[in-house]
Amino acid sequence: MHELSICQALIDQVEVLAREQRARRVLSLVVGVGPLSGVEGRLLKQAYPVAAAGTLAEGSELDIEDRPIRVHCKSCGEDSDATANRLVCAFCGDWRTDLISGDELVLTRVEFVREQTYV
Amino acid sequence: MCDTCGCNITRGNQHLIAPGGKLHKTEQGNEALSVLKNLLSENDHMAAHNREHFDRHGVFAVNLMSSPGAGKTSLLEASVDALSDRYRIAVIEGDLETENDAQRIRSRGVEAVQITTGSACHLDAHMVHDALHQLKLEDVDILFIENVGNLVCPASFDLGQHRNVTLLSVPEGDDKPSKYPVIFRAADLVALTKVDLLPVLDDFSTQRACDNVRALANTSPVLELSVKQSDTMEAWLEWLDQEVEYHRQRCQRGETLQPRIQPDGARLHALAT
Repeated sequence: MHELSICQALIDQVEVLAREQRARRVLSLVVGVGPLSGVEGRLLKQAYPVAAAGTLAEGSELDIEDRPIRVHCKSCGEDSDATANRLVCAFCGDWRTDLISGDELVLTRVEFVREQTYV
Repeated sequence: MCDTCGCNITRGNQHLIAPGGKLHKTEQGNEALSVLKNLLSENDHMAAHNREHFDRHGVFAVNLMSSPGAGKTSLLEASVDALSDRYRIAVIEGDLETENDAQRIRSRGVEAVQITTGSACHLDAHMVHDALHQLKLEDVDILFIENVGNLVCPASFDLGQHRNVTLLSVPEGDDKPSKYPVIFRAADLVALTKVDLLPVLDDFSTQRACDNVRALANTSPVLELSVKQSDTMEAWLEWLDQEVEYHRQRCQRGETLQPRIQPDGARLHALAT
């Protein structure tokens, strides 16, 4: 439900960046999405063309990069892969862990065409 | 809140933007810019603004989240009754439609602002900010924000609160934390509600519910409550007393507190500066 509003926030940020970089057109974006961000990458992709319509990003491609869930164990000190509802250490099984990846929702890369200057 | 300092770069994704990482290189012909922007930064910015409002007035703000019907409003009614002689309380109610919940709270003699979200499935920081204009924060000690009944979306939006409380009612089943990990991971306190039904709903194990919360690496207290059994409310009221006191001390020191959903960002921010 809120994927469209997140896409609109995404477009706002991309337009600011595009203007800073004097971009004529945005070609593609990469957004990193972790399973614990609470946002579904697939739904972001669906909502994206609607939010991009009429902006510098119209017609551009949104690539979703799925981020892995990783935890750091406070007990044994190891880092390991985990799943969304089992954030326990894969080595010693302790549940006292810190999440080090997997809750991100970040715009990581924008590809664009710059305005050409003619002499 | 923070678009430029790199606090979104976690240990798990740092390699992607380092020289040689796959997000660092530009593709042929076109230019690429590596950025790390939190897509919720606009919401987070407003949430930080709300939090400043709360702190300036010494208000302790709690966000209550659960599925519809888990007993958020009933818990608030009972809390208002138990606490209104020693705290000035206000409530923001979020629902898709109706003023029903705000009216229930107002009938207890407490100010309540109803936000009707229409079709939006969660509150965001802007909605809460608008509602704050209808409250005199200088006359409030505790602000309860009752989020829209939903175990999914409310977890993703910081409202400016200091603490998140997630309710799980006994009829819902003890595996809800495993099914909806994002919201139960965000909880600073998990309240197992309607425990008076445990004798008839004996397939619910409070131990399993607690274990499922712990499996999310959540160290927060898990309390068993029933508004129908006033002795079970003690631990909840004590937690609130303690949190209000901690918050008062923080405000005196000029400090604030974010709910546990954001600790990584805050920690990495500290490392990056």
